[in-house]
Amino acid sequence: MRRQNFSRRGLLRTGAIGGAGLALPTIFTSSASAFTNAPTGSAVTLGFNVPQTGAYADEGADELRAFELAVEHLNGGGDGGMLNTFSSKALDGTGIMGKKVEFVTGDTQTKSDAARASAQSMIQKDGAIMISGGSSSGVAVAVQGLCQEAGVIFMSGLTHSNDTTGKDRKANGFRHFFNAYMSAAALAPVLQNLYGTDRKAYHLTADYTWGWTQEESIAAATEAMGWQTTEKVRTPLGAGDFSSYIAPVLNSGADVLVLNHYGGDMVNSLTQAVQFGLRERQANGQDFQIVVPLYSELMARGAGSAIAGIPGSQNWDWKLEDEGTKAFVKSFGEKYGFPPSQAAHTCYVQTLLYADAVTRAGDFNPCAVVEALEGYEFDGLGNGPTLYRAEDHQCFKDVVVVKGAENPQDEFHLVEIVEVTPTEQVTYAPDHPMFAGGALGECNPGA
Amino acid sequence: MLGLERKDTLLLIAVAFITLFAPIILNPFPAGSALAQFNAGYPDLMQRFVIFGIFAIGFNILFGLTGYLSFGHAAFLGIGSYSAVWMFKLLSMNVIPAILLSIVMAGLFALVIGFVSLRRSGIYFSILTLAFAQMSYNLAYSVLTPITNGETGLQLTLSDPRILDGDTGGGLPVTSLFGAEMRETTTLFIGPWSWDFSVGYYFCAVLMLLAFYLSVRIFRSPFGMMLRAVKSNQQRMNYTGLNTRPYTLAAFVISGMYAGLAGGLLAAMDPLAGADRMQWTASGEVVLMTILGGAGTLIGPVLGAGFIKYFENIFSKINDGILHQWFAFMPDGLENVMVALIHPFIGKGWHLTLGIMFMLVVIFLPGGLVEGAQRTGRMFRRRDRNADHVESDAARQRAAAE
Repeated sequence: MRRQNFSRRGLLRTGAIGGAGLALPTIFTSSASAFTNAPTGSAVTLGFNVPQTGAYADEGADELRAFELAVEHLNGGGDGGMLNTFSSKALDGTGIMGKKVEFVTGDTQTKSDAARASAQSMIQKDGAIMISGGSSSGVAVAVQGLCQEAGVIFMSGLTHSNDTTGKDRKANGFRHFFNAYMSAAALAPVLQNLYGTDRKAYHLTADYTWGWTQEESIAAATEAMGWQTTEKVRTPLGAGDFSSYIAPVLNSGADVLVLNHYGGDMVNSLTQAVQFGLRERQANGQDFQIVVPLYSELMARGAGSAIAGIPGSQNWDWKLEDEGTKAFVKSFGEKYGFPPSQAAHTCYVQTLLYADAVTRAGDFNPCAVVEALEGYEFDGLGNGPTLYRAEDHQCFKDVVVVKGAENPQDEFHLVEIVEVTPTEQVTYAPDHPMFAGGALGECNPGA
Repeated sequence: MLGLERKDTLLLIAVAFITLFAPIILNPFPAGSALAQFNAGYPDLMQRFVIFGIFAIGFNILFGLTGYLSFGHAAFLGIGSYSAVWMFKLLSMNVIPAILLSIVMAGLFALVIGFVSLRRSGIYFSILTLAFAQMSYNLAYSVLTPITNGETGLQLTLSDPRILDGDTGGGLPVTSLFGAEMRETTTLFIGPWSWDFSVGYYFCAVLMLLAFYLSVRIFRSPFGMMLRAVKSNQQRMNYTGLNTRPYTLAAFVISGMYAGLAGGLLAAMDPLAGADRMQWTASGEVVLMTILGGAGTLIGPVLGAGFIKYFENIFSKINDGILHQWFAFMPDGLENVMVALIHPFIGKGWHLTLGIMFMLVVIFLPGGLVEGAQRTGRMFRRRDRNADHVESDAARQRAAAE
């Protein structure tokens, strides 16, 4: 027995030594390249991390369509879409710097943890050199942090929280989408025209970074023009049933309900608010009103007739009249049979902007890409002249103020454009109090 | 060896062997090939395998031995993660203090929650633990936002004090073990294969082996026997004048500390703690892992954890484009039919696939994957060797008698 025991211990030891010995030579094989996932073959891999399940699944599905379209156009397929209207002519439809663009997809489940696991597998397993997508600011902030640590570029998709390029900004992260502050700045004058200056607002807010910053931004902007804020109530993300939150609104003395919800949450809360008869009510001698600061076509489709007449803001709308928008809507419509949402637009544009930045820099190194994108001015991508500000990696461009159509001609015309707010009106200083407390840090090429 | 019987020693050696060589075993397909999709040997997923293995081993000490079905174990996982991240923020990026604090904090919470919940057994115990876990989740999600950062999750920032570490320069610091960075990975290329050996993985693997060894010792100890007795008939034990509460409470706290260790490791590998780690779905997941692998068996929970994490991370990433590649050799019509048939089971449908697997296992292998392995083993084992084994046992008894 004793001898046998000894040999087993020996086996264990041999195993340990063997493992260590096997791992040892690898010290000499690593870090051959200067940055994480440097593309070696004839292809380059991008990672598209979108919510395929959960409250933002509709947005995720549309983002994925846009990514596929963008990759097709980058590789020279289709009609080229916005490549033809883009002010930079660096991209020629041969992939990125002659390398064919391939992509992998993942499900963020609208959870920070799952999103990071999915992004991590794209970086470690599939060798993705850029991560894009996401339809929740919580997820965007989490994945942006991961990309910073791993040394890849993060081109955020739909994220509207001030924090993404505010207190949680990162050197490797870039946002094309607008933010809550811009929404508030664009929306406030319109609300003043529509509903006057003597109003009491009641906020229902999705309880996470985006909801908080949007609530803060809208409250600040409306209070500046004389409104009062009666109450701010936080609701859990993906709550499904909001009736218990809406009932108290009736007797709160408020005459405007601000719904800081998005995606499936907004569809549910708005529908229920309308079912509760809020819009037929009178409060303080005025008609009761509902405002949805962040709007989208997809949500309008989900909410149906409840959306009629309700004001909000968008990053972009497919009914805009510029050349870039027309080209994009045409190729998206031909491929999928319906117009793209703003989530699709921002993801498409972000992919193009990344590819363009790599080509202009002549290098896939994240630090070179950061340099090429910082302070970059471009046009022809659907939002007019746009600036990628170097201080916080936020895009500055026009904001679209919209409202729900009263008599939509079909399910694609549910939203009407009220006005296009010029860039100057929504620009703020990089150290604005709502965005303070963060630092980009240094770009991280990993490896 | 190490105070274990022969069978357990062999099991421990087998587990040690598999964990040591996991980077190779889990990457059986060459990197460029079409089947590389099924490779699981990248650091993040391997770390998840062993971390959730620890979580499930701990859960099995409670559920497998005492039969108390806790539906709130994810709370301890979350508490462990938050403790660890706070340690990274305040003290140092070294993982040792972070993991120690996460084990201690989870143990304290387990003591309080267990003290209350263990006054009831059966379904009432499950509901109580579920209630506590949901309370923790909601606290972390909204009420305790200054501590937990709500839905966004607790993260490191450049302005954290980190009193033991000096200035880390421009970028965010990374977690390390006395200088060995957790994310440090070396890649070995042999022919078309590539294998990743990461510091973080081996750190987790060593802790998993320790956790596994400890669980074997608990299973084989008089304490473990007492816990089994609680499972088989607690009333009878009470009637014989034995107070079972301290034993069950000890088991609850131990398994809570295992969960805390797992949570701390999750944060050590990726310094972020989110509230959804505490959600009831996460608690349900560990129950699934244990039952899928085989409750009450030593290795079962680890297998179950690996199985579920594999599906979550590999199947959810297969998309239609990849399917089209696989079936590209078929005629177009047939290719589209095949893709349409498989489509509901991949990508976002991975839950469906997992659900079907779970049903199959529970219906046909009530003892979990371990029972499956035993049945296969029995099928191939020669009968005479079995007989030999029985006789040798008798021979040993006679030798002892003489």
